[in-house]
Amino acid sequence: MEESLVDWSRAQFALTAIYHWLFVPLTLGLGFIIAFMETIYVKTGDVFWKRTTKFWMTLFAINFAIGVATGIIMEFEFGTNWANYSWFVGDIFGAPLAVEGILAFFMESTFFAVMFFGWDKVSRGFHLLSTWLVAIGSNLSALWILVANGWMQFPTGMKFNPDTVRNEMDNFWDVLFSPVAVSKFLHTIASGYIVASLFVVGISAWYLLKKRDTLFAKRSMIVGATFGLITSIFIILTGDESAHQVALKQPVKLAAMEGLYEGREQAGIVAVGALNPKKTLDNEEEVFLFEFEAPYVLSLLGYHDINAFVPGLKDLVYGNEKYNIESAQSKIDKGKIAIEALKNYKEAKRNNDMLKANEYQSILEENMQYFGYGHLKKPEDIVPPIAITFYTFHLMVALGTWFLVLFALLLYFTLKKEIMEYKLLLKSAVFSIPLGYIASEAGWVVAEVGRQPWAIQDLMPVGVAVTNISSTNVQITFFLFAFLFTALLIAEIKIMLKQIKIGPNGGH
Amino acid sequence: MFEELTLLQLQQYWWIIISLLGGLFAFIMFVQGGQTLIGKLSKGDEVLKTMLINSLGRKWELGFTTLVLFGGALFAAFPLFYSTSFGGAYWVWMAILFCFIIQAVSYEYRKKPDNFLGQKVYEGFLFINGSLGVILLGVAIATFFSGSSFLVDENNFSHWQTPYRGLEALGSVFNLSLGFALFFLVRISGALYFINNINNETIKERAIKSIKLDMLIFLFFFLVFLSLLFTKDGFAYDENAFVFIQEYKYLQNFLDMPIVLGMFVVGVLMVVIAVFATIHLNMTCCIKTGGVGIVLTVMALFLNVGFNNTAYYPSTFDLQSSLTIQNSSGSHYTLTTMSYVSLMVPFVIAYITYVWYQMDKVKITKEEMEDPHGHNY
Repeated sequence: MEESLVDWSRAQFALTAIYHWLFVPLTLGLGFIIAFMETIYVKTGDVFWKRTTKFWMTLFAINFAIGVATGIIMEFEFGTNWANYSWFVGDIFGAPLAVEGILAFFMESTFFAVMFFGWDKVSRGFHLLSTWLVAIGSNLSALWILVANGWMQFPTGMKFNPDTVRNEMDNFWDVLFSPVAVSKFLHTIASGYIVASLFVVGISAWYLLKKRDTLFAKRSMIVGATFGLITSIFIILTGDESAHQVALKQPVKLAAMEGLYEGREQAGIVAVGALNPKKTLDNEEEVFLFEFEAPYVLSLLGYHDINAFVPGLKDLVYGNEKYNIESAQSKIDKGKIAIEALKNYKEAKRNNDMLKANEYQSILEENMQYFGYGHLKKPEDIVPPIAITFYTFHLMVALGTWFLVLFALLLYFTLKKEIMEYKLLLKSAVFSIPLGYIASEAGWVVAEVGRQPWAIQDLMPVGVAVTNISSTNVQITFFLFAFLFTALLIAEIKIMLKQIKIGPNGGH
Repeated sequence: MFEELTLLQLQQYWWIIISLLGGLFAFIMFVQGGQTLIGKLSKGDEVLKTMLINSLGRKWELGFTTLVLFGGALFAAFPLFYSTSFGGAYWVWMAILFCFIIQAVSYEYRKKPDNFLGQKVYEGFLFINGSLGVILLGVAIATFFSGSSFLVDENNFSHWQTPYRGLEALGSVFNLSLGFALFFLVRISGALYFINNINNETIKERAIKSIKLDMLIFLFFFLVFLSLLFTKDGFAYDENAFVFIQEYKYLQNFLDMPIVLGMFVVGVLMVVIAVFATIHLNMTCCIKTGGVGIVLTVMALFLNVGFNNTAYYPSTFDLQSSLTIQNSSGSHYTLTTMSYVSLMVPFVIAYITYVWYQMDKVKITKEEMEDPHGHNY
């Protein structure tokens, strides 16, 4: 495949995914916040809470529509832009997408109508149930998508079939409950809850700064900050588990996240640092221009053992006998053996020589775990873009820490009824709204850029996964999508800002 | 339970589900049909327009969801079709996707203050989705019968053989006849839906008038499609999976599968009866009869092209690359697993029906549209 085709296809998918993820986190979290608020209304019968629920619901709807619009593209882009991938793993990957449609998406869209238009048409109880079902449905939807994504990071529960030349599922539960999928799901939805909490506390803070709708803003602040604080603690736990899984399943990604070239025991984590742009795998330049390191933490985070050896990029590329780490070249050789065995297997089958076919199948099975390496040109190809992975990871962690502090302070001072006096804190809450999105997007960049060059970890590089099409076609659709999504994003932001300005009392 | 079934039985089960989803999607496209009628039925009256858009706006997600499920089910059950058609007929599918993206935001954004693109643009989006989107879908489905130019290599990777990437399908009268037939059919079902869902005499009168004209044009295109379908050669395969051209294959399929033929005839009759009863008996509930008719008709067409040893996605470049339900499906394990999930479908249909019933007990009125506290589009 031509290189520019692969790059444009990656760019197009990244564009779609980044836009899609601008809208999804808010849907995931705001759905629950609205459901909490409506529950208070149903319990107390206080119409104040009904008005509050309706206000946040309006913002939810504006965001939901565009999230759905960008989401459909992603599902079909697997086919349009990654056709070879679609066949190679469709037997496994298609299943979660179909389950999502049946079990989650229909629930979301059916009860969405009741949530918005059913206030005076159905009973209070049924309406509340519908609101909860929309929240649950959108999160269930995320579950299935993240199971699919988790499988791409850590393929499991399948067997390669040389006759069909694809991976076939042989254990659904392994796919669903793979530790990578579980930790990915929990960590990702938690990030959505934080984005939504920041959205609620940020807008509430704006009202407080403007000294309007203060009761509404304070009550919303308490709900948002409580939800945000709980999920900020939760995300630390899920982040720890995610890092552990990355260390076990994608050590190259972990090394890139930390800019770790030489592996070591008792490895520390870089708290703050700047990478030296001159550093490459084959020179002796310093890795960092400056760095502050927290000792032992990387070993602890990655392997739950402060003395553990954390392999660096050089160990993973060139191998390290002492720690029994195989070199990428050795894996490439085995991958080539697997590809050759598959070719010979098919030839033997064509000639009806079953003895030979079985022989080649054994060779293929022995080397199948390195199948994707056979398509790589050189060992260094297994290294993802280090700077992007490193900086986005550290940005995400730093922002996550800030959000925890922010939620705690906001909740404390709002409960103490002194929040109006802390203007800087309120302004920080307003400015933290975009930071939430940045942190959440950064998380995805770490996950996806960090696993390059793999479409399917170790099994299929992106160069093989791509549709056999001229890059001009993809370029055209890239710019069309970029134009359309940007226009829709501007529309969403303008409408959202106007609705916030109008406020919960309809501007009265 | 499903484990006991053979791979072929599972493939057939899944083709029936795909056919059902195709039928349901064609029915739900009354939303798209309705979108193309907004200007005609409102004639510039803003209140009537709001009523029409709100009537459709409470259902649009169902169509979207059905499309997503249709895609997901094809991906899971027939992944080789997914990779071949979506990757190959790139431009047709991309154009369809564009038509659907712009629909999703239009209802919500159209009348919101500061909506950046303006009300007219969003209404234009709805028209494009309802017209171009539907015609292109019809053309894409027609290629199930007429074929496309692709090659599937020994690794099951597909290679499209024309530079037009699916747009070449627009050059076929056969494909276009189905595209336009579908377009006018969904306009009819859109009008039937309005009559049922909105309590307004003006809209009702204009909808009936529209149905009369659309029915005539629909019948023209549908008869063209059927006459071409029944007289054309089809893509058959034998017990060794060898694909060959067979005369009158699709007509023969109906004759070989009387139940499918029965579904088709009953389906078409139900659509005709729905239209007749609306126009001449002044009935308002015919969207139900017409809807069931559309589901049966479209489902029968899908069953016709998938069963009876027929290649449902034929290759005109290399006959042996043609896709059949046998050579393009998921594995036994995946189809079995997915079959258990499919048992949830009746439950999903049941709650959709219940919610639909609850929400539509009271028809849309002018007063509801003017309620300042309501969430109206």
